[in-house]
Amino acid sequence: MASSRSTLTLWRVAVFCLALTPLLYWSYQVALNAAGPEPGRYLLLNIGQGTLWMLFATLSLTPLSKLTRWKGFALIRRQLGLWTLAYAVAHLLCYALFILGLDLSRLGSEIVRRPYIIVGMLALLGLVALGVTSNRASMRKLGKRWKTLHKVVYLVLALGLLHFFWVVRADLGEWSLYAAIGAGLMLLRLPPVSRQLPRLRQQIKREHRQPG
Amino acid sequence: MLIKITRPGDLRESNVTPESVYLSRRRFLGGLAGVGAGLALSGRALAAPADYADVPAGDPPAWLAGEIERAKWDAVVPQDPKLDKLTPYQDASAYNNFYEFGTGKGDPSKRAGSLTTQPWSVVIDGEVDNGGRVALEDLITPSRLEERIYRLRCVEAWSMVIPWLGIPLGDVIARAKPTAKAKYVRFETLVRPQEMPGQDSAFALIDWPYTEGLRLDEAMHPLTLLGVGMYGRELPNQNGAPLRLVVPWKYGFKSIKSIVRISLVSEQPVNSWQAIAPDEYGFYANVNPQVDHPRWSQATERRLPNSLFNPNIIDTRMFNGYADQVASLYSGMDLRKQF
Repeated sequence: MASSRSTLTLWRVAVFCLALTPLLYWSYQVALNAAGPEPGRYLLLNIGQGTLWMLFATLSLTPLSKLTRWKGFALIRRQLGLWTLAYAVAHLLCYALFILGLDLSRLGSEIVRRPYIIVGMLALLGLVALGVTSNRASMRKLGKRWKTLHKVVYLVLALGLLHFFWVVRADLGEWSLYAAIGAGLMLLRLPPVSRQLPRLRQQIKREHRQPG
Repeated sequence: MLIKITRPGDLRESNVTPESVYLSRRRFLGGLAGVGAGLALSGRALAAPADYADVPAGDPPAWLAGEIERAKWDAVVPQDPKLDKLTPYQDASAYNNFYEFGTGKGDPSKRAGSLTTQPWSVVIDGEVDNGGRVALEDLITPSRLEERIYRLRCVEAWSMVIPWLGIPLGDVIARAKPTAKAKYVRFETLVRPQEMPGQDSAFALIDWPYTEGLRLDEAMHPLTLLGVGMYGRELPNQNGAPLRLVVPWKYGFKSIKSIVRISLVSEQPVNSWQAIAPDEYGFYANVNPQVDHPRWSQATERRLPNSLFNPNIIDTRMFNGYADQVASLYSGMDLRKQF
């Protein structure tokens, strides 16, 4: 699939706008007083789930590239990775600002005491490490190790899902859906499965070529 | 046994407005609302006290409309008028935990409308001499409805101030004539998966029906209420219609909703949350700022409604501020162990 340079630029801008839209929508709901009696918690939970959506979107790019060979998917990988980080930071900020009321001493004690918060913070630290090494200079400097380092994203996914699991109180329905998506994305990375993706592409191409 | 509830802010007998004057004021206000309808007001107009002008009119069954008319208003009011402001009805009826209708705060108000609440009956059984199935109206009408404005503290660390309408649970238990073996009271919520989608979930961790329990002396305590209404009207379904428990010094999950069975038992029952996670939820669940839930600090709470940059965080008080009335129930107990 060939795409002109301007198409690819437009694609990047569209992805940027799309990733920003949920944040704007939730803020708008809060401004409209439509977010319930606890708007801070509304933002906290939505942005928390949004972080997982962003992570899923990022992790779906490699399989999509293999399936389509369109370079547009690889082009937005860093952007979506950084969006994941931005959502995670916003999620933490919501917790500190709206749940703890910016009582930083309490943030310290909560991080130490509550396993689900420890796990969430570890996931965030992982994302920060990936974020700060996402530039070309770091890639050059780290060389082969860069790829190894960026495998940390799989650990971040596991920690993020564990963090979510620990928040669940009495119904695992929603969490199971997220876990299934996460597991599916991991499955697509298993060598026997990932080898099939380009073949699948060929197959689809052949079918399309047949006269209808 | 005579139990007198006294609080620091209590008024004396001499401050009490004579009932005739009090009722005439209500009638006067009601008359204003009814514009010229005068004393020939419908039950509905009298049923919504002037304090709750913003609350949408309910549709109570006839027996309840009659009871609301002769309710004793302001029977218990909170102590701190600045802090304990009534939560708007809109929030109290749209921000609920009622997992039978889903785990999101907005799920109950979205989905509970389909619940059939009339007719309703309650089974009273176990260690009682006078048990059996009782129609809701027969359970309630022997007592006089009272309005109690209580703080409601959720274990998730948010809180509201809600005006309930109900009768003391102690009245109902006394009428059932518990035997000497009765030590605890066990409650059960309705099971009706076709109307309660949360009960239909394959991923639910709760083993329906939702159950709760109180020690007999807690159940007989004068603050413990069997609620049939709020904000001067009947309960919305999402708030536990048509019959719920209200125990203001305990975390909200103790106040079981849509009750169909009240059993007097000799052994301490296991409540639903305790069954799922005994390290997180105990039997007593008394509001206690010194004992954290493993996931949430209980030292402070967020009084709702709040806004983004005014999270309305206040210090939680022992027994939710009702220590003067209830602390004696737990003398000699280690509330860290019996949480």
